[in-house]
Amino acid sequence: MIQADLTIILPEIVLAVYAMAALIGAVYTTKDELAPLLVWTTAGLMALLAIWIATNSDGTRVAFNGMFVDDGFARFSKVAVLLSAAAVLVMSQEYMARRNLLRFEFPLLVALAAVGMMMMVSAGDLMSLYMGLELQSLSLYVVAALRRDSAKSTEAGLKYFVLGALSSGLLLYGASLVYGFTGTTLFSGIIQTVHHGDVSVGLLFGLIFLISGLAFKVSAVPFHMWTPDVYEGAPTPITAFFATAPKVAAMALFARLMHDAFGGIIKDWQQVLVLLSVLSMLLGAVAAIGQRDIKRLMAFSSIAHMGYALIGLAAGTEMGIKAMLMYLAIYVTMNIGTFAFILMMERDGKPVTDIDALRQYSKREPGKALAVLILMFSLAGVPPMLGFFAKFGVWQAGVDAGLTGLVIVSAIASVIGAFYYLRIVFYMYFGAENEDPIETHSSPVLWVALMGSAALMLVGVFYQFGIEGAAAAAAATLVN
Amino acid sequence: MTVFAFYLFAISAITGGLFTVISRQPVHSVLWLILSFLSAAGLFVLLGAEFVAMLLIIVYVGAVAVLFLFVVMMLDVDFAELKAEMARYMPLALLIGLIILMQFVMAFGAWDSAQGAAANLAQPIPTDRHNTEALGVILYDQYFLLFQLAGLILLVAMIGAIVLTLRHRKDIKRQDIVGQMMRDPAKAMELKDVKPGQGL
Repeated sequence: MIQADLTIILPEIVLAVYAMAALIGAVYTTKDELAPLLVWTTAGLMALLAIWIATNSDGTRVAFNGMFVDDGFARFSKVAVLLSAAAVLVMSQEYMARRNLLRFEFPLLVALAAVGMMMMVSAGDLMSLYMGLELQSLSLYVVAALRRDSAKSTEAGLKYFVLGALSSGLLLYGASLVYGFTGTTLFSGIIQTVHHGDVSVGLLFGLIFLISGLAFKVSAVPFHMWTPDVYEGAPTPITAFFATAPKVAAMALFARLMHDAFGGIIKDWQQVLVLLSVLSMLLGAVAAIGQRDIKRLMAFSSIAHMGYALIGLAAGTEMGIKAMLMYLAIYVTMNIGTFAFILMMERDGKPVTDIDALRQYSKREPGKALAVLILMFSLAGVPPMLGFFAKFGVWQAGVDAGLTGLVIVSAIASVIGAFYYLRIVFYMYFGAENEDPIETHSSPVLWVALMGSAALMLVGVFYQFGIEGAAAAAAATLVN
Repeated sequence: MTVFAFYLFAISAITGGLFTVISRQPVHSVLWLILSFLSAAGLFVLLGAEFVAMLLIIVYVGAVAVLFLFVVMMLDVDFAELKAEMARYMPLALLIGLIILMQFVMAFGAWDSAQGAAANLAQPIPTDRHNTEALGVILYDQYFLLFQLAGLILLVAMIGAIVLTLRHRKDIKRQDIVGQMMRDPAKAMELKDVKPGQGL
């Protein structure tokens, strides 16, 4: 029995064992001099695992008495998590090396966080959910505070840690209430016990606490307070990491919990998610208008985008989950390109995050400016770009599920939100001349990430590399 | 008798928790916290979970609380200032606390478990083997995955503590054990023939 179980979690074991072996190896040899190599091997291993997971299709397999579920949904999310983590790792190597931040623990903590995320998306039990979540969060707290000589980075780490602990407390409290009601922590057991109409106040409480804890992890309003500060304070490559893989993992976990454990009482959690979604979209759109710092701006942007992805989840249908997965995949691709550009922004070797520095940028670097223009249009959801089709997908799912009001609010929010994306484009093309312009330090990796992501935003409209079919299949395994 | 013991432990746990929050001296707070831990251990004994009770005393009282005491004594935190800061938010905190309390009354006042819940529950105290053995079997068998994951989490905590605190200073002299052992008079000393009246 145990051997069959171990076969199912083999990708996780490989990554965890690699992280531990590399840790020992680096400690006993040259330590930080090994870091650039470790970044590349970690990223390479993650990419290989992603290919392995994507190509193996064994249907739905369950391990460890139902605590670990390996189905199409988990595999889709794992591939997205691994690929985005690998992309961010290779993007960060040069930036961190030049600023003397590249410690050998960094790629290994990212690898361990990835193990946690893989556990999260495969969780089949409230306890394995919590374990995966903590493994991921703890690694993220540490990398947020990686720049020890900067007060802001330390503050970001501490703030994230304290608020994260609070949200874990909420989550655990909710889990204990659900356990008290159903007598089991297994999702498969909960869904059998929790039937329509048969919902006590206690269970509802547990559900709300669970949702609050998870809403914190996806930074949905009103549990978003930490996001701008952490995004601003953490070193930029780490912000890029925060904005991609953990978001996918947390949303996937959210969807799995809602459908696998509470699929029988959709009406009871739908209204909560609708509220979270509306608030996130509106706040993300309005609060970002006053931001001049591009990292804070991206923080509010990620809050808003999580709001749109939540529409797909709130729909509570197979189509909704498919739209959500598509949205996440597209969102991650856009963010990788955008952060590749933010990583390039600097003046005299120092990173610049002020959007005023971008004035007249198109005159100096027309190619990169065009790529950023495409990415900004896509983030805003302007029609010919892929970002629009992501939004269109969740809107369609929302209307199908009868959430027309939510979709209308979301369309309004996306129009408001378009302002701050388009302002960056305006500055680049038509802004007044700036006395001290930025130079963009470009390494081949960053260039490829920026251009590749921008190209995908255009090509993706015609050809989606089979993602749509994969997302549909993944959604079908989750909702049935 | 059991009921009496339960209320005794329950009341002392709540009192301990309350005074942990409101006592003026941080050291007193920690001592009240220890009382709270001890009472919780007593409650576990009443439930028949002796191993967890002992764990609570050994780990929490013996190690964690003592560590807290050291931290509280060593850190120079101005608690009066912290308290003043807290007083500002007190009305809001009280309001939120009151609302949550009322919600809990609502939730637990009308508490009822689902119909099949009792059947789902794991047997709390197995009758055929003792506590420690039963826990061991569960940990290494049914919850093997979670146990290993907990190990990984602790590893991350350890890496994190080292990454965030260990600094390698370049300007201090370190021991180089091999180098020191390989040292001999031939390498350590150099004979110079100093000519009279010239110096080195």
